[in-house]
Amino acid sequence: MEALQVAWFLILGILVVGYSILDGFDLGVGFWHLFAKKKNERSAFIHSIEPFWDGNEVWLLTAGGALFAAFPPVYATVFSGLYLAMMLVLLGLIFRAVAIEYRNKVDSPAWIRAWDFAFSLGSILPSILYGVAIGNLLRGLELNAIGDYTGGFFALLNPFALLCGLVGLAMFALHGALYLSMRLDGDIAADARRWAAKTWWILLVLLVAAVGWGGAAYLREMKAVPLGLAGLAVAELFVTRLFFAKGKKTKAFLSSSFGIALVMLAVAAALFPNMVPASNDPNLSLTVFNSSSSQLTLTAMLVIALIGMPLVLGYTWFIHHIFKDKVAVPEK
Amino acid sequence: MDVVLLARIQFGLTIGFHYVFPPLTIGLAWMIFLYNTRYQENDNPVFLQLARFWTRIFAISFVVGVATGITMEFQFGTNWAGYSRFVGDIFGAPLAAEGVFAFFLESSFLGILLYGRKKVSPRMYWFSSLMVALGATMSAFWIVVANSWQQTPAGYKVATEMVNGVPVAKAVLTNFWEAVFNPSTLPRYFHVITAALCVGVFFILGTSAWQILKGRHKDFAMRSMRSVIVPTFGVVLLTMFVGHHHGFQVSQTQPAKLAAFEGLWETQTHAPMMLFGLPDQKNEKNDFAITIPGMVSLFIGGKFDTEVQGLKAFAPEDRPPVAASFWSFHLMFYIGMWMALVSFVGVVLWLMKKLGEHKAYLWAAALTVPLPFLANEFGWIAAEVGRQPWVVYGELRTADAISASVPGGQVLASIIMFSLIYSLLFGLWIYLLKRQFHKGPEPLEGEVA
Ligand code: HDD
Ligand code: HEM
Ligand code: HEM
Repeated sequence: MEALQVAWFLILGILVVGYSILDGFDLGVGFWHLFAKKKNERSAFIHSIEPFWDGNEVWLLTAGGALFAAFPPVYATVFSGLYLAMMLVLLGLIFRAVAIEYRNKVDSPAWIRAWDFAFSLGSILPSILYGVAIGNLLRGLELNAIGDYTGGFFALLNPFALLCGLVGLAMFALHGALYLSMRLDGDIAADARRWAAKTWWILLVLLVAAVGWGGAAYLREMKAVPLGLAGLAVAELFVTRLFFAKGKKTKAFLSSSFGIALVMLAVAAALFPNMVPASNDPNLSLTVFNSSSSQLTLTAMLVIALIGMPLVLGYTWFIHHIFKDKVAVPEK
Repeated sequence: MDVVLLARIQFGLTIGFHYVFPPLTIGLAWMIFLYNTRYQENDNPVFLQLARFWTRIFAISFVVGVATGITMEFQFGTNWAGYSRFVGDIFGAPLAAEGVFAFFLESSFLGILLYGRKKVSPRMYWFSSLMVALGATMSAFWIVVANSWQQTPAGYKVATEMVNGVPVAKAVLTNFWEAVFNPSTLPRYFHVITAALCVGVFFILGTSAWQILKGRHKDFAMRSMRSVIVPTFGVVLLTMFVGHHHGFQVSQTQPAKLAAFEGLWETQTHAPMMLFGLPDQKNEKNDFAITIPGMVSLFIGGKFDTEVQGLKAFAPEDRPPVAASFWSFHLMFYIGMWMALVSFVGVVLWLMKKLGEHKAYLWAAALTVPLPFLANEFGWIAAEVGRQPWVVYGELRTADAISASVPGGQVLASIIMFSLIYSLLFGLWIYLLKRQFHKGPEPLEGEVA
């Protein structure tokens, strides 16, 4: 049973990492959308993610479903506890989805400007809130005996969580800029490279600060593993820089993906065996072992995952393979 | 404010709006697949034109379904934490399976369907259109499994666990396949899918009739109508046939619900079917009832002396709201009858080669467009309101299912937020549809648009 529970913690980890890497680049593209000055360049941004964004988001949906299936009390606590934050994320994701599809449907400047704005805001809001949520999980939430969150909305906006929110934004922004420099050509690709170079420094500072603060204040049990992984994540950032400086665009993007995975792994290791640590009383924490579904459910789900995940990886590879050519910037 | 009521309103509102889109896209996806198949077979550019035009309509609609579906995925946790803890062992698995098996498939091949025509071979393109239709149809399967389990739970036992000294009851899975194929899964699934196909085909039929009435893109609209009239008749009949079987299943598994659907108070043989009437829950009777004797018994058991349980056989606190169940069920039923009539007349006209000629028929077809959407909504309302006061039939009451940690004010705020956003999305969707219909298809070679 324990092995199954740990396996499900890992599978969830894979889904969250997959989501962070894949939706990370299109959320990042949404951030830079604000900074591209010309209408046709912004169109190219949208074209560069058009065939992918829905599939990318499905990683989040599947992670949500899998959390519900494997650790129902955690699903219940996290989403009811972070109620308002979750509503804001939904607001962002809804507008963002519609913006990508509707923006190019009507050729009017006001229409396009409105959707450009919706797309950027709808990308920035979830990027920040994602980090804020992780920051709060690392700190722990105030829970009652049946696992309901009792802390109130504003307690979620504490300095550490906000710092994590900025890390999230910067991480996706860098990832998005690297993606754009890989998929586009010409002036706008040069812009993306400049953005990436600047964001790199910002991310470095923010990440080191968050690791230092989190490591000093919120580590509970095993310390070496999460700190080691976090250290590797920072080191990976330098590898990304190296590739980037040498003009190896695909490698820089892959390296940034790997860096994101390391950050998420560090978070997972810092939490384990907790999933939602209770900040008021460690005995109330929801852990991998006290919050899972039954053995039968976990086993059935494992079979589903073993059949399904190779398919999913196959589709993901296939679609990126088909749309691998550079995206042309439209004339006007 | 009553948090339970607010949470119910919010759930009804968000799922009701989501459910405008899946039936349409499931229906259109299969028609698009049909067009692509015909084009593969005989290279006739007419089918390419049909496929392209309806794919554009599909794309505009699909994205709203996706955007509103994201809300649904998290809604169980945000608003129904008590429910999520109770059912999680069983209910989460189909949601996850839907993601793994259906959404990934659908979203990847959709990328090819919408943006990849020039990047893949014609066969691959055709295959993608099949995968999109299959993906949509499979995603309906898993969500219907989840819903059916709460209607007719199976393959589980209820266990009480001590969590930090508080006793917490929850359902625990004992048999995966029994839970998946619980007594209502298959009847509901086939009914939902056929009902979704109804939406798609009537949408093509009715909007094309409207184009002809308005004199826009007439040739193309005629081709659309002709392509869809026979499938329309077929799927309506199938929907009613499967619905009938579904009704039989309800009489066996949720008798209180069936009694509410029929406004039946007394347990009796020769149970009448009430065509019209105003159920009065307090005084346990119906006002202004118009009935056909014996029909319900006949439908359920195949003969007039089948005994059917009435509402009085159930304690008042275990009865669903009768008027709402009765009316939503009957409106679905009446719309079904009307659709059967419209499609039947259409087939007759088509056989006489006069499909596009009768103004009255074109009007009838055009005005029918919203009705299958409504029948779908009414069907769900009947199924869900008829399940009350239970959230898991016979096991968990709705009042015990909410998120205790969420204040009513926050739920209210989110209801207002969703109402505003969804009204806006709906308006934009209609606006873009209108533009596409005005613009029409890409012209065939040598044809004036
Ligand atoms: C997988 C689960 C599921 C699915 C597929 C649906 N529902 Fe549902 N529905 C619920 C799970 C649920 C629920 C969470 O269990 C609710 C909340 C309160 C309740 O009693 O049941 C509910 C309540 C609920 C209510 C309020 C009933 C009342 O409070 O009296 C309405 C009007 C609907 N739903 C409508 C729909 C529609 C139009 C659907 C079409 C897709 C639908 N539901 C699918
Ligand atoms: C509460 C229940 C429901 C949940 C949690 C839910 C969840 C979702 C989600 C997350 C998406 C977006 C997927 C993406 O990004 O590609 C979606 C879309 C979709 N859903 Fe739902 N859904 C629910 C009810 C239903 C029902 C009852 C049906 C059909 C019977 C259905 C059929 C579909 C289909 C076909 C799509 C694809 C988009 C579209 O066609 O509009 N869903 N749903
Ligand atoms: C005219 C003959 C019809 C009959 C006898 C019939 C029967 C039924 C029954 C008994 C239910 C309730 C199931 C439950 O409570 O669990 C139901 C639900 C439903 N109906 Fe119908 N129906 C008919 C026509 C239609 C039509 C024409 C549509 C839509 C185009 C439709 C759409 C639905 C939907 C979406 C549901 C909810 C999902 C479900 O529980 O299956 N029905 N129907």
